[in-house]
Amino acid sequence: MNGWPALGRFLRTDPRDVGCAQAMEMLHAYAELVAAGEPAEERYPGIAAHLHACGPCGEDFAGMLAALRDAPG
Amino acid sequence: MTGPLLAGRPQPPMQDELLLRIARRELARRGPRLAITGPELDDLAYQAAADALLAITGKVRQFRGESRFTTLAYKCVMLEVSAKIGRHFWRHPSVPLGTEQWEQLPARFGFDPAREAEWRDLAAAVRRAVDTELTPRQRGVFAAIVVNGVPLDALVVSLGSSRGAIYKVMFDARRKLRAALAANGYLTDDAARDS
Repeated sequence: MNGWPALGRFLRTDPRDVGCAQAMEMLHAYAELVAAGEPAEERYPGIAAHLHACGPCGEDFAGMLAALRDAPG
Repeated sequence: MTGPLLAGRPQPPMQDELLLRIARRELARRGPRLAITGPELDDLAYQAAADALLAITGKVRQFRGESRFTTLAYKCVMLEVSAKIGRHFWRHPSVPLGTEQWEQLPARFGFDPAREAEWRDLAAAVRRAVDTELTPRQRGVFAAIVVNGVPLDALVVSLGSSRGAIYKVMFDARRKLRAALAANGYLTDDAARDS
C-alpha cells in the first residue's frame, strides 16, 4: 500500500471544523439526528467536519450512536 | 450505585444504574483496542459513571431540550469514559517515553516496507517540515501523538491541557505541514487547496 493518500488525508484540515468544544457542546443533539436518519451533516457541517477529523471526538460520537441504537424505545 | 449524589437535587429522568450500564457497554465496545480487562475495566466503568453523574447534575438547570435528557447523559458518560481511559494510559504506557520513534512514522501511515524507495524521501520531508515549520509546542504534540502514538486524551492528562487545546495545536500543525509538503512538491495542489 502506498501511504501518501493516508498522509494526505491526515494532514488535510477543513476550515469548517468547529473544534472539540463546540462539537461536544452539541454532540447529543447531533447524535440523535444521525440515529434518527436525519441529515445532521447538512444541519451541522462544522460538527460533521470535526467528527471526521478528530479521533477522540469521533470515538465519543461512535459510542453515543451505539448507545442510542441499543437503547429501548 | 444508588444515587446518593443526587440527594436533595433535581432528579434527572434516569437512574444511576443506567449510567453504569452505558459506561460498561462503552468500555466493552472500546475494549479490544485497550489493554484493559477484567476488574480494572469495571473500576473504570464505576469511575466514569460516578463522574458522569456529577457532570449531568451540573447540567440539569442548563438543559435546553436540544435532545432527550437521556442522550445528554450518554454524552457525559462517553466523555468520562474517554477521560478515564486517557488517565489510565499512563499506568501502563504502551509507548516508549522520552524518545521519539521516528522510525515508526512510515508504518503509521501505511507505507509498505517493500516500497521504501518510493516513500523514503517523503518521510524525510515530513520530518524536515516538522523540524523547520512547527513551533516547539506543535512539534512536541506532533511527536507525541503521531510519531510515538500517544493517544490524544492521554497527552491531555500529561500536559494538564484540554482535548480542544491539543486538537487545535495539531490542527495548526497539520495545516502547516501540508502547506510545506505541497510547496515542495510532495502533495498535489489539489491537496494544498483543501487545507
